[in-house]
Amino acid sequence: MSTDGFEPRIIGFLCRWCSYNGADLAGTSRMKYPPNMVPIKTNCSGRVDPTHIMKALSEGADGVLIAGCHPGDCHYINGNYRTAGRYPMTELLLEQLGLEPGRVRLEWISAAEGDKFAKTVTEFTEQIRALGPLGWNTMLDAEEAKSA
Amino acid sequence: MAEEKIAVYICHCGTNIAGKVDVEEVTRWAAEQPNVVVAREYKYMCSDPGQELIQKDIKENGVNRVVVAACSPTMHEPTFRKAAADAGLNPFLVQMANIREHCSWVTVDPDEATAKTKRILSAQIHRLPFNQALEPIEVNVNPDVLVVGGGIAGIEAALKLADAGKKVFLVEKDPSIGGHMAMFDKTFPTLDCSACILTPKMSALGKHPNVTLLAYSEVDEVSGYVGNFKVKVRRKARYVDTVKCTGCAACTEVCVVRKVKSEFDVGLGFRSAIYIPFPQAVPLRATIDATKCLTLSKGKCAKQPCVPACGPEAIDFTQQDEFIDLDVGAIIMATGFELWNPEQDQRYGYGRLENVISSLEFERLSNASGPTGGHIVCKNGEAPKSVAILHCIGSRDENHQEFCSRVCCMYSLKFAHLIKEHLPETEVYEFYIDMRTFGKGYEEFYKRLMDEGVNFVRGRAAEVTNVALSPEEQGHLVVKAEDTLLGMTRRVPVDMVILSAGLSPRKDAKEVAQTFGFGCSANGFYLERHPKLEPASTMTDGIFLAGACQYPKDIPDAVAQAGAAAAGALVFVNHETVKVEPTISYIDPEKCSGCHICVGLCPHAAIQYNAEKNVAEVIQAACKGCGVCVAACGSNVPQQSGYLDEQIFAEIEGALAV
Repeated sequence: MSTDGFEPRIIGFLCRWCSYNGADLAGTSRMKYPPNMVPIKTNCSGRVDPTHIMKALSEGADGVLIAGCHPGDCHYINGNYRTAGRYPMTELLLEQLGLEPGRVRLEWISAAEGDKFAKTVTEFTEQIRALGPLGWNTMLDAEEAKSA
Repeated sequence: MAEEKIAVYICHCGTNIAGKVDVEEVTRWAAEQPNVVVAREYKYMCSDPGQELIQKDIKENGVNRVVVAACSPTMHEPTFRKAAADAGLNPFLVQMANIREHCSWVTVDPDEATAKTKRILSAQIHRLPFNQALEPIEVNVNPDVLVVGGGIAGIEAALKLADAGKKVFLVEKDPSIGGHMAMFDKTFPTLDCSACILTPKMSALGKHPNVTLLAYSEVDEVSGYVGNFKVKVRRKARYVDTVKCTGCAACTEVCVVRKVKSEFDVGLGFRSAIYIPFPQAVPLRATIDATKCLTLSKGKCAKQPCVPACGPEAIDFTQQDEFIDLDVGAIIMATGFELWNPEQDQRYGYGRLENVISSLEFERLSNASGPTGGHIVCKNGEAPKSVAILHCIGSRDENHQEFCSRVCCMYSLKFAHLIKEHLPETEVYEFYIDMRTFGKGYEEFYKRLMDEGVNFVRGRAAEVTNVALSPEEQGHLVVKAEDTLLGMTRRVPVDMVILSAGLSPRKDAKEVAQTFGFGCSANGFYLERHPKLEPASTMTDGIFLAGACQYPKDIPDAVAQAGAAAAGALVFVNHETVKVEPTISYIDPEKCSGCHICVGLCPHAAIQYNAEKNVAEVIQAACKGCGVCVAACGSNVPQQSGYLDEQIFAEIEGALAV
C-alpha cells in the first residue's frame, strides 16, 4: 500500500472534565498541532468501551487516542481507574486481532495541560504517520464484496 | 419518530473561525449532508440575531435537530440549548461542533482547518438522529454554605452570605481565623493598620448568629453532589473545653514549656505549649499543642500548672478528635497560599546567613505586636544601618515559579516605607526586575517612595554573601547584582537583607482539590472555571473560589473575589432546586442477567443488586453519569442517556466519513 501523501485519521476520545478542557485550553492559548484527530466527547474516559475503539479502527481510523483525568483527579472519583484497568485488556484484544502496537494510546491530560494535549496529538499523529495506513475499513469492504 | 430535519449553523466568530476556515464552503457542503434541511453561516451565532435564526427555523421550517458549529460547548452550549428550548425544541436535540478551540485556533493551514471542520461537523450531523429528547432532573438544594479557610477571603465570603441570611459553616485549620492578613502590620498603599481593619470582621464573624465557626478543624471527606454536598469535618482536639474556656490566657503564662517557636511570629518569637496564637484570636480560646505538651507527648508533666491556673476547669487531657457531618448546598474554597520558602534558592543565604530574613518575618519584625515590639532590629538587637530588599525571590524564575506573584513589589515598597519611618537614617535598597504597581494608588505610592530617599537598583540580585572583598564590606552582608540602568555589576554592603518571596500554592492544594473534586492549574493553584468570566467558580457546579488559593492576589482583590464567590454561592442556594443533566445510566431489567459487574464498578454506589428480580438497578439520584457501567457490561445492558452507544458509533462514523 502506498503511503505517499498519507494523512493519518485519528479518533480522540476525550473526557469532558479534564482532557476536553485541556484541548480547549490548547485552543484558547493558540497552540498549534496537526489537524488529524477528531475529538469525541464522553463524560468520563471510563465510558470508552473497547467496541468504540474497534468501531473507530474498522471505520477507517489509523489510530485512537483515549484521554482522561490524571489518576486521583477523576470527576467521578475513580472512573479513570476503570479506564486504566480496561486498557491492557483492550491492548491484548487488539494485538490478537493483529493490530501493531502504538496505534492506540491512553494519556492523562488535565484541564490545565493545553501544552500536553497539543504535544500528545502532535507526537501521536507522527507516530501513526510512521506506522502508515491501517486500512481495516477497505479490508472489511473487500471481505464483504467477496462474500456478496 | 418524525423525520429528522437537521439545521446546521456555522459561526464565523468574527474572524476567529472565518479567518481560518472557509465557512462558505463548509456551509455549501453541510447543506448536502444526510438529513440536513438548512445550513446557514452567521457572523456571531451567540448574538440575539444568531439565536433568532435557530428559533425561526425551528418554528417556521420544521427543524427538529440543531448543530451549531462554533466555540466550545463549555462556552455556549447552554446558550443554544436555551434558545432552542424557548422555540419549543427539546434542548438535548441540540449539539455543538467545537470548530474554534479544537480547529480554527489550533490549525495552521486554512485548507486543513476547513477539512477538519467538516469532519467535526459530520460527526455531530451523524449523531443527531440518535439523540433523544431528555428532561432535566431536578434535585433539591440545601440552602447552607460551607466556607473553607478563615483568612480575609473566607471571612469576607462567610460574612456576606451570613448577612444575606444564609447559614454558613466556616472551617479553619488553625486555632484562630485571620490568616496571613492578621500577621501583617500595615497594608499597602494606604498604610492602614492591618489588624485594625481585619479584627472587626473577625469578631463580627465570630459573633454572627448565622455562622458556625469550626476553627482548628479540617475537612476529611466530601461526597454528594451539586446542591447536596456531604462534608465530614474533623474537629481536632484542643484538649481545652471551648465552652468553659474564657480565653483569659492564665494557662499560657504558667506553662513550663515556653520555648515553642510561634507559628504566628514565623518562628521569630516563642509561645508556650498551651497557647492562644495572638491576642485578637477568634475564637479566643486556648489550645494545647499535643506534640509539645509534656503531659500529652511524654505522659509526664510534674506540676501540670495549667490545670490549677484554669479557673473554669477547661483543660481536658482526654479530649479526642471529633467528627461532624455537614450537609451544604454550596462550598467556597478560600484556603489561601503559603510563602515560597527562600531556602530553596541557596544563593541568597536564607537559613545560612544571619540577618537574611523572609518578607513574612519582616512583617512580624515591624509589627507592634510582634516579637520585638515593632523594633526593626538585626539578630544582635541593633537597628540596621542599611537594608536591602530583594524582589522576585522564587517568582519570575524559570528554576522555581515562572509566574509573577503580584504582591511582592508593593509589599517591598511598604517595607521600605516602614524602615524609613522607624529608622530615618537607615539606607534602603530595592533590587527589582520591573516595578509592578498595578493597583489603585499603587503607582502613586511608588512615586512617594522615590521621594523618601529609597535607593532603587534595577536588576535582579544574583547573590548574597558574607565574604568581604574590601574593608567597607567587612562584617556586612553583600548583595551582588547587575545594575541594568548603570550597566555595571554592583556589590552593596548592608546589615539586613529581606527576601521578598513569592506566593506559592499550599503544599496540600492538590490533595485538597482532589478531596473536593475540582482541579488545579499547571502552577498548582486551584483552577477556575473560566479565566476571564468565571474566575470565582470551579469546574464543579456549586464549588467556588476566593482569594489567593486561585492565584496570588492582594487584599482588595481577595476581598473582591470573595464577594463574587459569595454571590455565586448565593445565586445557587437561593433556588430550592437545581437542574442536573439527565445524562445518567439506566438498566433494562428485561436484558440484565444480574451478573453484578456494574455494581462494584460504579464510583458512586449508584447501582444496587435486586436479589428478588436478579437484576441490577440504577439509583437515579445517585448516578452522576460517568458511563463506567455502560462500558463495563458484557451484554451492553446499561445505557447512558445522551451518550448512547449508537450516538458514539454515529459520531465515529461521521468523523471518518469525510
